[in-house]
Amino acid sequence: MIADALKSVSEGVCSVIGPVTPDNFVQYCPRFIDGFFTTFELLAIASVLGLMVAVPMALARVSENRLLSIPAYTYIYVFRGTPLLVQLFLFYFGLAQFEAVQNSFIWPVLRDGWWVAVIVLTINTSAYVAEILRGGILGVPNGEVEAARACGMPASTRYRRVILPQAFRIAWPAYGNEVILLMKGTALASTITVLDLMGQSRTIFSRNYDLMNFVYAAVLYLMLSGLLTWSFRLFEKRLNRHTGPRKTEGSSKKPDTAKAGVPA
Amino acid sequence: MADPTGLALLQWGDRGWGDDLATGALITVELALVSLAIGLVIGLLAAGAKLSRTAAIRWIAEGYTNLIRGVPEFLVILVVFFGLDQLATGAASSMGFRIDGISKFWAGVAGLSVIFGAYASEVFRGAYLAVPNGQIEAGFASGMSAARVFFRIRLPQMWRYALPGLGNLWMVLLKDTSLVSVIALDELLRQAKIAGETTRDPFLFYMAAAIIYLVLTIISDIGRQRLEARASRGVQRGAA
Repeated sequence: MIADALKSVSEGVCSVIGPVTPDNFVQYCPRFIDGFFTTFELLAIASVLGLMVAVPMALARVSENRLLSIPAYTYIYVFRGTPLLVQLFLFYFGLAQFEAVQNSFIWPVLRDGWWVAVIVLTINTSAYVAEILRGGILGVPNGEVEAARACGMPASTRYRRVILPQAFRIAWPAYGNEVILLMKGTALASTITVLDLMGQSRTIFSRNYDLMNFVYAAVLYLMLSGLLTWSFRLFEKRLNRHTGPRKTEGSSKKPDTAKAGVPA
Repeated sequence: MADPTGLALLQWGDRGWGDDLATGALITVELALVSLAIGLVIGLLAAGAKLSRTAAIRWIAEGYTNLIRGVPEFLVILVVFFGLDQLATGAASSMGFRIDGISKFWAGVAGLSVIFGAYASEVFRGAYLAVPNGQIEAGFASGMSAARVFFRIRLPQMWRYALPGLGNLWMVLLKDTSLVSVIALDELLRQAKIAGETTRDPFLFYMAAAIIYLVLTIISDIGRQRLEARASRGVQRGAA
């Protein structure tokens, strides 16, 4: 039913934009819009699930208990240190060879390129986000943590009320970048049969060998990344509304890389 | 042939795939290094363009970075490959001869270095601006020419500011080389794919590929730490 609804939406969109778009786009327009929705869906599910995995992972990573921090460190290092495409192939083609997997309850999920893409993108982004959150947690001023301690807050309350909200605020711009990177990563799902925006444009390209297909896909990706960048900036302003106008407005024009480059 | 672990498939020579994976890994490293070299040049040029006094040049460079940032690397690599291919084939046929497509290695290098250059230009621009203005002024005040100020004061310090960013980009580049397997260049991932399909043991070979990528990452990490330590040896660190 949702699929039908989406189909009618993409046909509706296409009939509206049809007159103002090139002919070779109009012909395949519903496919492009359909792929766009699939890409967005992948992105939305993987980013939400990824964040849910990343928070405990980041807490384990900064924990003083080595039984927690070493596994978390390994998880983050391994999934950040290997290509996403290898991870996708390993889960999709690699696991399928085992009979134990084929006979298990999880097979309907692992057989389906869509679910494998969701799982692998979730794992992959969770490792990156955990590392970003770690930076945020370590960036919370020590005085605030001490103040919370002095007020008698137990560790759980400290994390919930002081450390994590502050860490999110600090990590927000980097998190926004990671969501854009995840969006670009979803394009790889097309290599394991998912018909996302990239998958659709590759299918159409294999029919007509027209490079313009990729240009149309690029325009749609740019629109999505533009929308994401814009909404992350908007929410960043809201997150920092209590800080008021910054005194260093002029220097904030410098790109982040410059700040990252200055040794502490 | 009793082989409970299946690791015999990783042997060297005709009977195993160890040497094929090694060849693939070598191509992966070559691909990354050549793309790094060309990407750094593109990045420097684009950073120069972003700092240009002419608005049109600045806009072109900004547009380039924003385009690459918002579009999947996978798409860029496919467009560059098929685009160059159609261009070359078309040009050849108009001159009256036929070619069997273009070099996949160089098409891969073209795609990867265009991506690297876009991000590197931001790193270089940031590093350029990070060198304190007072030092530049001091250079001019002691009678240095603009070129000498650039080469003696700005450039040696830019290196230090740019290194952490470039280190990250190198890691991204190393992993992005795996995308070139889709255009059928026999690098590490494609060798693993072929081996896995032939032996019907894809798990083993994708796992082996993952481990090789991880080793390359670890080596890069160590190299990066050493380079950063060397680049900032003249800088006093504040209390941690």
